[in-house]
Amino acid sequence: MSSRRSRSRQSGVSRITDDQIADLVTKLQQLIPELRNRSSDKVSASTVLQETCNYIRSLHREVDDLSDRLSELLASTDSNSAQAAIIRSLLMQ
Amino acid sequence: MASYSISNPEANSNRSRESKRKKRRKMGSGNQIEENKMEPARWKTEAEQQIYSSKLIAALRQVRQNSTSTVTASPAGGRVIRETADRVLAVSAKGRTRWSRAILTNPLRLKLSRINNKHKKHKKMKVTGDVRSKKPVANKRLPALQQKVRVLGRLVPGCRKLSFPNLLEEATDYIAALEMQVRAMTALTGLLTGAGVRPEAVSSDRLGSNLS
Repeated sequence: MSSRRSRSRQSGVSRITDDQIADLVTKLQQLIPELRNRSSDKVSASTVLQETCNYIRSLHREVDDLSDRLSELLASTDSNSAQAAIIRSLLMQ
Repeated sequence: MASYSISNPEANSNRSRESKRKKRRKMGSGNQIEENKMEPARWKTEAEQQIYSSKLIAALRQVRQNSTSTVTASPAGGRVIRETADRVLAVSAKGRTRWSRAILTNPLRLKLSRINNKHKKHKKMKVTGDVRSKKPVANKRLPALQQKVRVLGRLVPGCRKLSFPNLLEEATDYIAALEMQVRAMTALTGLLTGAGVRPEAVSSDRLGSNLS
């Protein structure tokens, strides 16, 4: 833990400083609803990453569920009037 | 950047030209984070969601017209809609982010790699962790953290080999976009559910808010 400075002999692609990483992790923390209210001192980067992965996975699952429901709904409501009403209401906003 | 200008006045012009050339490249390195900044906040705007919803509806209608109605009713119909929704989401990103480009260019490869990784995950997780801790990792991050970064890289499409700051940038935008996708699809589902039961109430509510 002694030397935290990024070495100059890196591959030239990325000179990542730990401050930059900490900054980005803080930014990420603000996006995740679970971690938003916790102070950033008490939340480690590992927790933020873990929660980010969990959050993305849960979002994926939600989208999957919604797609399944949408496919069922679209299959069942085959009448053109229902879809026309939706499109009209969306376009007129 | 300040160190460049101080070092050498003659080499300065060359370096500035080189750095300008580097800035013009689309996928900049970690130095050029400022140039590649996308604003994830735009996913929160109502306008963006409206655009996405209408594009999604158009795409879904096209999908239904192309295939017979039996396809959408089957269990695979959900997946078709998921892929359509992801594609439309990627299009809405206007190609400025890596994950959106990855979704658009290789949808099939994404599916296959996701299935493959699920099998590989259980076998290789522990082994690679040990191996990697012995290699000289330049930033001296713990292997546990490294593993989580890798998992995150797998979750965001097309970002498996990205550097850490770029990966976090992509993840930020991806999360915001996913949230918008969920909002839009929820609203759409609500509309479809409501339209089946009370068509007048739903549409008049929306029209009413428009007129007032």
